[in-house]
Amino acid sequence: MQIRLSLAVAAGAFAGKLSRLARRGRGVIISGRVTLAIDPDALRKLARNRLVVLVSGTNGKTTTSHLLAAAFATGGRVAANRSGANMPDGLVAALSRDRQAPVAVLEVDEPHLPQVVDAVDPAAVVLLNLSRDQLDRVGEVHRLEARLRRALAGPPTTLVVANADDVLVTSAAWDAPRTLWVGAGAPWDQDGRICPRCAEPVRWYDGSWSCTCGLSRPVAGWALDEDKVLTPDDRRLPLDLALPGRANRANAVMALATACALGVDAEAALAAIGDVAEVNGRYRTVDRRGRAVRLLLAKNPAGFAETLTLLDDLPGPVVVAVNSREADGRDVSWLWDVPFERLRGRHLVACGDRADEVATRLLYAEVDHHTVADPRRALDGLRPGPAVLVANYTAFRDAARALDRAA
Amino acid sequence: MPPDSAVRIGVLFPDILGTYGDNGNAVVLERRLRWRGLATQIERIGVDDPVPAECDVYVIGGGEDQAQVLAADRLRSNPALSRAVDRGAVVLAVCAGLQVLGRWFAGPRGERYEGLGLLDVTTVARRRRIVGDITVLPDPALLPDALTGFENHQGATTLGRDARPLGTVLQGTGNGAGRAVDGAVQRRVLGSYLHGPVLARNPALADLLLEWVTGAPLPALHVPDGRKA
Repeated sequence: MQIRLSLAVAAGAFAGKLSRLARRGRGVIISGRVTLAIDPDALRKLARNRLVVLVSGTNGKTTTSHLLAAAFATGGRVAANRSGANMPDGLVAALSRDRQAPVAVLEVDEPHLPQVVDAVDPAAVVLLNLSRDQLDRVGEVHRLEARLRRALAGPPTTLVVANADDVLVTSAAWDAPRTLWVGAGAPWDQDGRICPRCAEPVRWYDGSWSCTCGLSRPVAGWALDEDKVLTPDDRRLPLDLALPGRANRANAVMALATACALGVDAEAALAAIGDVAEVNGRYRTVDRRGRAVRLLLAKNPAGFAETLTLLDDLPGPVVVAVNSREADGRDVSWLWDVPFERLRGRHLVACGDRADEVATRLLYAEVDHHTVADPRRALDGLRPGPAVLVANYTAFRDAARALDRAA
Repeated sequence: MPPDSAVRIGVLFPDILGTYGDNGNAVVLERRLRWRGLATQIERIGVDDPVPAECDVYVIGGGEDQAQVLAADRLRSNPALSRAVDRGAVVLAVCAGLQVLGRWFAGPRGERYEGLGLLDVTTVARRRRIVGDITVLPDPALLPDALTGFENHQGATTLGRDARPLGTVLQGTGNGAGRAVDGAVQRRVLGSYLHGPVLARNPALADLLLEWVTGAPLPALHVPDGRKA
């Protein structure tokens, strides 16, 4: 059996190399696909005898897994799918690349989580949040919650680290044999108004919530309190992050709680988490002919709402680029759930394949804007100085590559 | 509608229905009135709030199965919406909203739930979900040009004698039962499977509903940034 796996991994690595030589990308997904084609059980075999942590949820997967990998790296080697390829082929590629690392931190696409949990017997599953996202690809979020609930109720030794402030996450983790509840906050509550278990309205009061059926906010061992972390032993640790914004403080407390529960020293983990300044090219600033452009990714209403709060501290015009390719979801109705009205008084540029639909949304939000389909050309049309690019998945990827090539 | 009073736009249960950005439809109606200098106000009616019978337009969006059953339950226990429709109020209902306003709809396991009967339609579940772009040529008595949208639903909706379809499906599925039509129109209640911000994509449909409300043709619209709208 091991021979088959070795052959599969070698063939996958070769395919990845060919793909890179042909300049068809980083070759991660093709290498994982080839490995899985030769050994369909490769994921299970590659995960065996390692401590595996899975990170899933609608927003923050990539960032949280980078933070967790940094925390675990204080104690040794870590295998991780850092480029964000988070379906089984991407996970296989990440585990194949580093067969010696005793720890693996893997972000997992949420519809694939049940299958991956079953294959890798994880030490922990981190469930950050659940909200509407790519509804034509992922499906509706209450159905997803029901699937995750069944998957997490199974494995007896897996620790489920769950955000107690998120109704759907709590419901998904409620039946798990071992849970660690973290109060990471959940400002987007539009998908937590109706109980996923009994269909009655959820009651919200003073930052807590409950339902008549008994589902209620669990008492959290770890919690985020502005820029401090409350620990289970009643300490208040300062959260000093290089990454901006409330959402990243939430990601950090989830990562910290998980790392500590699995034996990493809290101070060391906190320092490592604080040093992470860039995640897969996100949050960094690039120069575009005299314009300092901050690159932000936002893919769905909850993620966009958090990103809009970041803009308060980032001056200059905002370029919003939205595509609707396979990986983005084809339906852009979600633009109407994004509170663009917040940006009144600021100038925006509508970009991407769906520039017209962004422009229509901005028109009705009464936000001053103009339209330029190509984000790079949009940036070139701005006065020198600071600017922000907010883009969804493929729009971000393409714009970031184009800016790097030009630099 | 008295000439000098504000148009009241009631959004029904935005807390539980509105999965696909459907709440944008109320924003579109409100802005298109205001840009024409007409007074208007949006009232968001939560699932536990009493439903007012006095709004001029009601919009109701889409949602998942549980939300839909809860919405139907709340609306049936309160005659306000039916009373409003009887006196001529306009209703836009998309996706789950369309099904709730029908005579009955089937849940995911085939069980039947009673609807409001404001549209003479009944809905059962299809085996496969319909996801994708949709184009509908509306009944020419309503509008001249094609409507575009996105659909994501599992309903198969059959029209009874009292409801007319909104239009013929050119691309996509629509009601998904019998003839290739989408939606239902009865009195001033208009339902469709074009989900989410259908009025933003189809401003002529928004203006048709507003003409039903005001009872007169609307003046041409000059939008703030000069774009065609």
